[in-house]
Amino acid sequence: MIKAILIFNNHGKPRLSKFYQRYSEDTQQQIIRETFHLVSKRDENVCNFLEGGLLIGGSDNKLIYRHYATLYFVFCVDSSESELGILDLIQVFVETLDKCFENVCELDLIFHVDKVHNILAEMVMGGMVLETNMNEIVTQIDAQNKLEKSEAGLAGAPARAVSAVKNMNLPEIPRNINIGDISIKVPNLPTFK
Amino acid sequence: MALKMVKGSIDRMFDKNLQDLVRGIRNHKEDEAKYISQCIDEIKQELKQDNIAVKANAVCKLTYLQMLGYDISWAAFNIIEVMSASKFTFKRIGYLAASQCFHEGTDVIMLTTNQIRKDLSSPNQYDTGVALTGLSCFVTPDLARDLANDIMTLMSHTKPYIRKKAVLIMYKVFLKYPESLRPAFPRLKEKLEDPDPGVQSAAVNVICELARRNPKNYLSLAPLFFKLMTSSTNNWVLIKIIKLFGALTPLEPRLGKKLIEPLTNLIHSTSAMSLLYECVNTVIAVLISLSSGMPNHSASIQLCVQKLRILIEDSDQNLKYLGLLAMSKILKTHPKSVQSHKDLILQCLDDKDESIRLRALDLLYGMVSKKNLMEIVKKLMIHVDKAEGTTYRDELLTKIIDICSQSNYQYITNFEWYISILVELTRLEGTRHGHLIAAQMLDVAIRVKAIRKFAVSQMAMLLDNAHLIASNTQRNGICEVLYAAAWICGEFSEHLEEANQTLEAMLRPKVTTLPGHIQAVYVQNMVKLYASILQQKEQAGEKEAAQEITQLMIERLPQFVQSADLEVQERASCILQLIKYIQKLQVKEVPVAEEVIALFAGELNPVAPKAQKKVPVPEGLDLDAWINEPPSDSESEDEKPKTIFHDEEQRHSKPRHPEMDEEELARRREARKQEQANNPFYIKSSPSPQKRYQDTPGVEHIPVVQIDLSVPLKVPGMPMSDQYVKLEEERRHKQKLEKDKKKKKQKKEKRGKHHRHNSLHTESEEDIAPAHHVDIITEEMPENALPSDEDDKDPNDPYKALDIDLDKPLADSEKLPVQRHRNAEALKTPESEVPPVEKKSKKPKKKEKKHKEKEKDKGKKKEKEKKVVEEEEEEKKEEDLDFWLSTAPPPGSAAQPQEEEEEDEGKKSSKHKKKKHKKEKEEKSKDKKKSKKKHHHSEEEMAESVQNGTLDDEPLPPMSSYRLLAENPYIKTTYDIQGNLQNDSQVTVSVIFENKSTSFLKSMELNVLDSLNTKMLRPEGSSVHDGIPVPFQLPPGISNEAQFVFTLQSIVMAQKLKGTLSFIVKNDEGSTHEKLDFKLHFSCASYLITTPCYSDAFAKLLESGDLHMSSIKVDGISISFQHLLAKICFHHHFSVVERVDSCASMYSRSIQGHHVCLLVKKGENSVSIDGKCSDPTLLSNLLDEMKETLSKC
Repeated sequence: MIKAILIFNNHGKPRLSKFYQRYSEDTQQQIIRETFHLVSKRDENVCNFLEGGLLIGGSDNKLIYRHYATLYFVFCVDSSESELGILDLIQVFVETLDKCFENVCELDLIFHVDKVHNILAEMVMGGMVLETNMNEIVTQIDAQNKLEKSEAGLAGAPARAVSAVKNMNLPEIPRNINIGDISIKVPNLPTFK
Repeated sequence: MALKMVKGSIDRMFDKNLQDLVRGIRNHKEDEAKYISQCIDEIKQELKQDNIAVKANAVCKLTYLQMLGYDISWAAFNIIEVMSASKFTFKRIGYLAASQCFHEGTDVIMLTTNQIRKDLSSPNQYDTGVALTGLSCFVTPDLARDLANDIMTLMSHTKPYIRKKAVLIMYKVFLKYPESLRPAFPRLKEKLEDPDPGVQSAAVNVICELARRNPKNYLSLAPLFFKLMTSSTNNWVLIKIIKLFGALTPLEPRLGKKLIEPLTNLIHSTSAMSLLYECVNTVIAVLISLSSGMPNHSASIQLCVQKLRILIEDSDQNLKYLGLLAMSKILKTHPKSVQSHKDLILQCLDDKDESIRLRALDLLYGMVSKKNLMEIVKKLMIHVDKAEGTTYRDELLTKIIDICSQSNYQYITNFEWYISILVELTRLEGTRHGHLIAAQMLDVAIRVKAIRKFAVSQMAMLLDNAHLIASNTQRNGICEVLYAAAWICGEFSEHLEEANQTLEAMLRPKVTTLPGHIQAVYVQNMVKLYASILQQKEQAGEKEAAQEITQLMIERLPQFVQSADLEVQERASCILQLIKYIQKLQVKEVPVAEEVIALFAGELNPVAPKAQKKVPVPEGLDLDAWINEPPSDSESEDEKPKTIFHDEEQRHSKPRHPEMDEEELARRREARKQEQANNPFYIKSSPSPQKRYQDTPGVEHIPVVQIDLSVPLKVPGMPMSDQYVKLEEERRHKQKLEKDKKKKKQKKEKRGKHHRHNSLHTESEEDIAPAHHVDIITEEMPENALPSDEDDKDPNDPYKALDIDLDKPLADSEKLPVQRHRNAEALKTPESEVPPVEKKSKKPKKKEKKHKEKEKDKGKKKEKEKKVVEEEEEEKKEEDLDFWLSTAPPPGSAAQPQEEEEEDEGKKSSKHKKKKHKKEKEEKSKDKKKSKKKHHHSEEEMAESVQNGTLDDEPLPPMSSYRLLAENPYIKTTYDIQGNLQNDSQVTVSVIFENKSTSFLKSMELNVLDSLNTKMLRPEGSSVHDGIPVPFQLPPGISNEAQFVFTLQSIVMAQKLKGTLSFIVKNDEGSTHEKLDFKLHFSCASYLITTPCYSDAFAKLLESGDLHMSSIKVDGISISFQHLLAKICFHHHFSVVERVDSCASMYSRSIQGHHVCLLVKKGENSVSIDGKCSDPTLLSNLLDEMKETLSKC
């Protein structure tokens, strides 16, 4: 079982949090902080497994994480999951994000956290791995987006126009946060299958 | 400027969306909290509006704020509103928010039940999907109970996308509502063989998760999983299955044997590291379960260790880590094979990665032996010095202590060395584990008698240097060792050489800065020291010195009397008075030492930690019984005292548990003494050294290492324990030489005879004799202690509820709660006889009111029968598994054990002639079960396939597939024929017998005249003319169902078989023999099995061109198209592939694998059916049958 999936950046700012067990909002924040402290002090070239997240789980649980550019992707899992399998799953997740957002970067995750949630929902459901085939995931996401678009129809047009205006109007559009612009590099790993 | 104005106005017109919110937060870095609270106010306004789009937008923003740590539970109701929006866009937002913030405590969650049910049955698969995803996060026991049935229906949905989600969510439903597991399990099992790999993987996932918690219930699935393992190519599925096998093998070692070969093959062949790693892991689990006795598996161990070495040597830190992890598992059972890689593991201790170092440490724990303990600990000590960061250093410290103390100090040959290691460890700064070191010191000093002298001298030194330890920090834990040091010096003060000096050290003013509990021990042990000094001096006649020491105590003790710590103060003032009294006596020149020492006479024995728990409850003592009668709640307050008093009087008359008489006590005392005498570890009664060491030759002659006790705590240069390593080496060397000498002598004496034996002997590490007479005292246990070790079970395990036997057939009471349609017409259909296990029953229930009493009877009877079936089935299950396990894995062809099993089935029955009869029965019950299952299945699928194809909710008329077989005044029989998917030449005929008379029907026997093509399956040994007895009797008005299996050769034609049912009618007048002739009609449709098909596969099939075509047209059809389709689905076992308006494509498959495709078109008053089938005869027969059905409409 996957207990939680967290994404945060190099400064510990949460970009996505998904808990498959109930924790209060305060505990959730604490867990994110603790996980960030555990993960961020590790070197780049050490192993991607961590034992001993105190707040979440217990001895049976492990943190499995990957670090891409500015973002940490952390999965907290118990012993029924294969460690290397989860690492690959993170890779699939990031590659899927890359495909859905076309060259994903931190900004995409910042502004479209709902979409990230939707993509994640196609991969992991209630803490169990639902789908690992990227093409299948992308197909379903596309179909849902299409459905959404068709529902918006005419009514959606002005809203889109407004958001376009908003975007072009803001001089302070968050280009000022440079770290966010570094796109997540998806390294080529030996494939899982 | 102009743009900005435009922006402002538009902003007012359109609410902030999520992006604006995020942007805003980023632009208000300084006053983020304020900005957000402002936004929340806006959101609250938005939520009040009627426009659902506005609401959804607000909820979307709330979801983001939730991630930032804001509680949004106040908006739960609004979230539900958004969830129930008709548009998918909004629905998705609602469900996402719900999944992030709903939980069991959310009170409005109960409002969602109907909404979720509606979404689950939505025609839009994404509505269903989003509802399932959301539900998986916030399912509560109530939701699980109410929706279990709906979700189970979805498990057979036509779309794999829904199926896999439905399958996966079942795990959550099981957890919240364990009662659903048994009814849902058969279908879950079916999904293991779903054509869609995603669904299959989901089913494997769920079953693995279930089996991990309660593996024994899932052993019977092993053959199925084995088949999947050898056939699947999906690594995710493989990993899960292999992990599952890892959990199953400890329960069934034979399974392990079967697994070894395919697993080793996988290890050799796979390129995926994750799979390789899991295989190795499971092989290890197998090897553990097989333990010893299988010498030929050393190759497997070698393979594993070798592969793991490759992993550990890999540059990828992840693989290194996992390699070490798996290595530690091998270590437990095959330490030898791991020990040869000691170099590699010690190397890992230098790794820069802490996780890897910790794993390597774990491994070291299991790798020590008497030989290498000192060496390994020395290495660790070096690491302790080098280590940065207290966590890792603390870990090292605990590991050193664990390694040394494991299994009762088994590997320590020299306790002086160990004590000095412990003393060295006290130099660690800032460790949290002072108490651990202290505990070790105490333990060793108490339990190893021979070491006490040395320990006391070391502890005295520690006390002397207490300022070093306690000075730098008050908060660090290392001062705990002073607790141990003080106690040891006091308790074993007779070994102390310079007691005066130690006493003075303990009386230093600095001591008062120590924590209270340590001071308390100081005070107490001062007196012990004082007592022994007093005795010494008195014996030596040095009265002056004795008085001096008393004076010293009186001078220094007041500092403790003033302590803020209660314990210290109390003890100190008590002791001060005592010593003042002693002083008085001393002045009078009365010898007091003897009496003072008597204060501390006697020796303490260690008590096992669980000793108290293990004291058995004496006979006749009921711990749960009330001593006083509990005051009842109903009584008013002021009456209470009176009642209790009253009770007390009564109590005397009540039998209390028998008091032990003198005789009994004496007997027990005697028994206890006897036991103590026999217990080698009980010090007082048997001070003899342990046998083990008596036997070791030459121990007596080994010189005990003499140590210069004045060695200061910190030797510049070389740490003290190193000396021991060297000394130990020398000692061992000497010992070896001595032994060799002896051996040479022996050799001379008995030449050649024991030659080989001796040379082997020298290598054994057991030969290393300990330097001391080690008398490790085991901890005391109470007499009669129970040997049970079940202390560690957690009664609150949430998974315990899922520990359910899944092989038992379902009882009626276990079916899932179903939302029923109230159907006015109470049609009596034989259908309802079949226990409705799991379907959404749209059929009306039986005439319940009328037959209530009769029903009861029937229920009882059914239950009885069920029990019988149950037992048989259980037996069968076990036997099946046994059989599967007993066959040796076919070398080289591990891929087809399943087929072989089936082939072997026949052989087996002939082999086990004794079991023949039983076996027959079993087979029958097996078929019975199968067909029953299939039966439900097809019905459900009928309902579903139609539902999926249509959008309207017209209720379907009740239908029954049971046709009349024959009827007379006594009995009515109806029957239904179902194909058998497992066997391509068998069908099962279910016959319902209904007793219409007022008499008792018994000895029913069914016989059929076999044709060349179709034969009834009879028990082996009976002739073709023998009938088959019906396995039940029928009381008046009762009906029951029996199943008969028929074998067929060709299925392209319909068949008719003549038969007779003979039975005895028994009533008050007597009994008569009766007969009923019948004709059993095997329609072609009964050879078809409802099989779902997907439109793409369907299209391919049609394109393939292998199919023959034929068509019919029926006029005068008045029923709706939906009903028509339902009829075809139900009576002819088809499923709807696609439906467009009044045109539908349908599919079915025969038991022999013929594909049958239909295109059904409805005209004004007519229906045309175009059929395609791989066999033209079958098709034309099928169409004829269909024509007949339709013309009845």
